[in-house]
Amino acid sequence: MMEFFQTLGRNTRSSFTKLGRATFFLLHTLTGIIGLLPRPRLLINQLYSVGVLSFLIISISGLFVGMVLGLQGYYILSDFGAEETLGVMVAASLVRELGPVVAALLFAGRAGSALTAEIGLMKATEQLSGMEMMAVDPIKRIISPRFLAGLISMPLLAGLFSAIGILGGQLVGSGLLGVDDGAYWSQMHAKIDFYDDIVNGCIKSLVFGFVATWIALFEGYDAIPTSEGVSRATTRTVVNSAFSILGLDFILTALMFGDD
Amino acid sequence: MQHSSTQDTLVGLFVAAGIAGLFFLALHVSNLGSFVEQEGYTITARFENSGGLKIKSPVSAAGVKIGQVSDISFDLKTYESIVKMRINAQYNSIPDDTTASIFTAGLLGEQYVSLEPGGSNEYLKENSTIEITQSAIILEKAIGQFLFKSAEEKK
Repeated sequence: MMEFFQTLGRNTRSSFTKLGRATFFLLHTLTGIIGLLPRPRLLINQLYSVGVLSFLIISISGLFVGMVLGLQGYYILSDFGAEETLGVMVAASLVRELGPVVAALLFAGRAGSALTAEIGLMKATEQLSGMEMMAVDPIKRIISPRFLAGLISMPLLAGLFSAIGILGGQLVGSGLLGVDDGAYWSQMHAKIDFYDDIVNGCIKSLVFGFVATWIALFEGYDAIPTSEGVSRATTRTVVNSAFSILGLDFILTALMFGDD
Repeated sequence: MQHSSTQDTLVGLFVAAGIAGLFFLALHVSNLGSFVEQEGYTITARFENSGGLKIKSPVSAAGVKIGQVSDISFDLKTYESIVKMRINAQYNSIPDDTTASIFTAGLLGEQYVSLEPGGSNEYLKENSTIEITQSAIILEKAIGQFLFKSAEEKK
């Protein structure tokens, strides 16, 4: 019994310690971003590995998600004779929810896990301590460019995901199922609001990008420097990112789309 | 670390594609490109009941959208609903004896204001008021009246 409370207390304390470490890590990373200005090359390399390499999976997933939405939406809406509103349904669900959320989940799986593994291995092979020996701050040199790259890539990827998804929905809706093409676009045009839907969707994806990159980088930096430790950290990155993204999505949706 | 120019090109393409996607969403999907900041004039109509009319509901004439509802308020003196509508500037020759009615698009669709032009030579301008209006048809009321009527007929 005593032991149970001891473990409970120890675990609670260690998780708060970890949160504290993560916060200091974030502050350190954010201050490091300023140092990036004279060295854009570091950022471009990371934009390549974080953004460009996630581009393909995001666009293909977006296409299929949009096509599935087109099919499912058509079956349900045609029961009510409202196939014309298919465009609104596809666009609203993509721009408000699926775009930012699914793109962020894919981003965490594709880019987040790679970041954790990369930084964890740098730590395991003592490259990070090597940098410290040479008086190079590893957070500024390694972490900050990756963080900024994640923050920039995520809204772009989510926007692409939604745009390609809407085109996929149009492909299925008006190409295969015979929904009127003009109605698809005009209904969408009339109902999707720039500030309420698109800007809020961008804010969501920015928040998700922030959180997913932060978690990935911190787990890598905080990993136990063994092969097992790195593999565990990679798993934790994906699991924790997914939880945080979905949880935050609920909060953000409640805040943004509450009064309508 | 390799400084290949292919990598730069790919990053450039990626950023351009992302921005193009966002632009597509802003201009082609949302309503930003259409009615939001267009020039126009505001007219007012008083309805006994404005039903489910909302801000941004369309205002149409002969089935063509010419503006949108910009404000709905309740008049405490006459107990009427005051509906302000913003009409696009290009539609500047609507007669001032025009009738405004609230209709529903389809059985369960959204409500909109329909303007039926009259024959006057004076045109509606900024802050003018439409005098002849027809309220929204409340479905529950209409059904209630229908049931009441058919019950009386059976007696």
